[in-house]
Amino acid sequence: MDRHVDISLTVNGEKITGHVEARTNLVDFLRYEVGLTGSHVGCEHGVCGACTIRVDGRIVRGCLMAAVQADGADVWTIEGVTETGEIRALQDAFVERNALQCGFCTPGMLLTLAELMERKPDAGRDEIREYISGNFCRCTGYQAIVDAVEIARKKGASA
Amino acid sequence: MTDMITESTGRWILDRPNSYIGRSVPRPNAPRLAEGQGTFVDDIELKRMVHAAFVRSPHAHARIKGIDTAAAKEMPGVVAVVTPQEMAEICTPWVGVLTHLEGLKSAPQYPLPLDTARWQGEAIVAVVANSRAEAEDAAALVDIDWEVLPVATDAEKALDADTPVIHESLGDNLAWKRNADFGDVDAAYADADHVIEDTFVFGRHTGVCLETRGLVADYESAEEQLTVWHNNQCPHMIQNILATHYGLEEHRVRVITRDVGGSFGIKVHTYADEVTTVGLSIMLKRPVKFIADRLESFTSDIHARDHRIKGKIAVKTDGTITAFEIDDLTGVGPYSMYPRTSAIEANQVVNMIGGPYQFENYRAEANVVYQNKAMMCQYRAVGHPIKCAVTEGLVDLAARAVGMDPAAFRQHNFHADDSYPKKSAQGMPFENLSHEECMSTMLEAMDYEALKAERDTLREQGVYRGIGFASFIEVTNPSAMFYGVGGARISAQDGATLRLDAKGNVFVSTGATEQGQGMEAVISQVAATAVGVKPERLKIITGDTEHTPYGGGTWGSRAAGIGGEAVAQAGRQLRIQILTAAAAMLQEDAGTLDIRDGVVVDADSGNERIGLDEIGRICYYRPDTLPDGFQAELVATKHYVPRKFPFAFTNGAQASYLEVDVDTGFIKLLNHWCVEDCGTVINPLLVDEQIRGGVVQGLGGALWEECLYDDQGQMLNANMADYLVPMAAELPDIVCGHAVSPTADSDLGAKGAGEAGTCGAPAAVMNALNDALSPFDARLTGMPFTPKKVLTALGRI
Repeated sequence: MDRHVDISLTVNGEKITGHVEARTNLVDFLRYEVGLTGSHVGCEHGVCGACTIRVDGRIVRGCLMAAVQADGADVWTIEGVTETGEIRALQDAFVERNALQCGFCTPGMLLTLAELMERKPDAGRDEIREYISGNFCRCTGYQAIVDAVEIARKKGASA
Repeated sequence: MTDMITESTGRWILDRPNSYIGRSVPRPNAPRLAEGQGTFVDDIELKRMVHAAFVRSPHAHARIKGIDTAAAKEMPGVVAVVTPQEMAEICTPWVGVLTHLEGLKSAPQYPLPLDTARWQGEAIVAVVANSRAEAEDAAALVDIDWEVLPVATDAEKALDADTPVIHESLGDNLAWKRNADFGDVDAAYADADHVIEDTFVFGRHTGVCLETRGLVADYESAEEQLTVWHNNQCPHMIQNILATHYGLEEHRVRVITRDVGGSFGIKVHTYADEVTTVGLSIMLKRPVKFIADRLESFTSDIHARDHRIKGKIAVKTDGTITAFEIDDLTGVGPYSMYPRTSAIEANQVVNMIGGPYQFENYRAEANVVYQNKAMMCQYRAVGHPIKCAVTEGLVDLAARAVGMDPAAFRQHNFHADDSYPKKSAQGMPFENLSHEECMSTMLEAMDYEALKAERDTLREQGVYRGIGFASFIEVTNPSAMFYGVGGARISAQDGATLRLDAKGNVFVSTGATEQGQGMEAVISQVAATAVGVKPERLKIITGDTEHTPYGGGTWGSRAAGIGGEAVAQAGRQLRIQILTAAAAMLQEDAGTLDIRDGVVVDADSGNERIGLDEIGRICYYRPDTLPDGFQAELVATKHYVPRKFPFAFTNGAQASYLEVDVDTGFIKLLNHWCVEDCGTVINPLLVDEQIRGGVVQGLGGALWEECLYDDQGQMLNANMADYLVPMAAELPDIVCGHAVSPTADSDLGAKGAGEAGTCGAPAAVMNALNDALSPFDARLTGMPFTPKKVLTALGRI
């Protein structure tokens, strides 16, 4: 029995087709089939947020979604949003404020924060902390990440 | 020629023109990580690469009566199924002992255990397949015939006659015992006005690196060359271990560490499943990848802490501490971890109790016992959170007994800032510490008097807030006295090689390694300053045994202080060599020249003479134009190891302000302060972020993190949903401050900063919690302080 399924989807604006095992999750498909290794796998049970990607405009856990469920979807990863420049200010603020250390959580963290900045542009520090409460960072203690959002917003406002 | 240039030793690097020391220079590797362009081990794909999965023991203690691999071998995609006996044919076992920990005993550990599984999660059989999923499918069909054995899980009962002995060859479950006795504790007790005791319990917890352990091993038989991409902190240590146990030539083993997704001491050890993965590649002569999944991480990464300590303090009515005593018991799993051993944490506790305070009388006993749980070993701030919480918990009790404010009581007992150098009660040498300055700076930052007034006002309104202090000492920059003297092949020294290219850029290779702490930035700041170039002119090369000088990697808060000093020395040497070449070109005395921003200048006037790009061009392409007999040397290597002191002790103070909901038992952290002294601060931003991240890991152990086991040795919460770690919403902002007492052991003067936060945070939280609960007859000393424990202490449940 062939356990594979054909899918076609858009990844970072590019049309992609795949012939995937039904059990393959979306982040594994992106990492190992498409070669986009910027999305990371930290727990494979939907808790750590390292695999956070954007599917049809909302962030999802790439480990909790099967690749076959993404058939026809519009998927964006860290590589794509870096290329378009839409999170450039946030990335610069992360570097300036040292809001990343090992960098393993960072792509997922950035996609979560990009959604926050779009949906809650005036979020206070507690709201920022609440929004990333599903993104696990073991290195920073989160304070620098909250600061980086404020820095990026300030720069955006003055630009 | 180089003796033409004389340069004073001492702090020359701090006096360099255009210095980058002390500046918050951004990390050169950060933009890459922020764009998702890191290369973590699981990002590496090689041709013909296959994937390993392991059949792990479902039992904490069980004899392996038989292994049937037939069904697994028939599964699609399976390349090999390898049993313990097959692996033992190519790999020798190891024993995790060090000779300076006298009496420490452990049993031989094989890559896969030959006859008995000794903890739940121990890898027993390896399955290799074309994909990880197929390897796991097949692993489920490996049939192991188990004879389940009685378990030894409770450290308190490990030495009882009716507790099973985990290794018959050892005779009992005692790994190591240490007794220490200094001064006259009994006389101090007789003379004291108060002798106070309490018992402190520290739960088992673990590092939970977001990137799990992993490696890709690639053995090429023609050259007998093994290349391992590994997320270990110590590439040279791993090179030696793999060569030793597989009988390979060390120069044919190359270990490469690219980006590492957090380590915190978890990735500094010899893991049997990783060693086995290397063996699989040797057997199959093709690349094999193993990436631990999260369940494997929780049950096979090293755990840490898990100490029960009975402590005593003797104090006079004037508030003077006269004695400390501890009885420490720790369970370390079924083997002592190789090569660092599982006795170091207890040893650190014994060595450092009472560290900030002046007292003469000290007695300690530590018992390190084996048990059928995951192995324990060194994790960030080894032993420090334990010795700090015991010390600071007892200090608070003593302050209360004599009716003194806890801050004032500490200030009364500190080693005075002007009293160094001196030795601690245990004989630990202190070069220069700053407890008084750190505490006074912190009290000011806290506005302590106002904070106390707020706490007291709210308490009258039924809001229970507490303030807690923790002063601490910390071991950093470890010399060979730490491991090397005990026989471990772990480099205490570090090397650096700097090379000028033909365009005036400098390649810097170092034995220190990066796991996110910012080591590459620190190295670039030191190199740029020592040579006299801008950081963007540097290329930093780390984590490759084939391309870096021999070094210890990153552990024990050593990368900046030891790795950085080697770079400073090599950078100065390269500058001298460049100036010697420049002097030959310019027909000048090299001693009148300097390098600033990549240009050779007259040292006095700063007038530009010749660029490093021009020097590179002439030396590499037109050496014929140089004076007869002059050969330019544009590569410099220097090594460094601390020699004057066995460790560079650092110190600091922390404080926690929190609120306890006495109806729910929830603790809300309101604020946290840390003022520490890591000597020369190379990069203030990175130091502060090391402190903050470290504090938060300490808070995790104090409030949330614990590896829970049942009495049969089954880990109950081996997933991220049930094992709680600090998340953003539960944490306060953390205020950082510094005192600066550079070590005279190096020119740079930098001490370590990576573990100070983790060291003091649990003690500060414990003391704040007990301050908050002081209106009640409730005291907590068993971490983590869960709501259930709080309510139990309050008598509410």
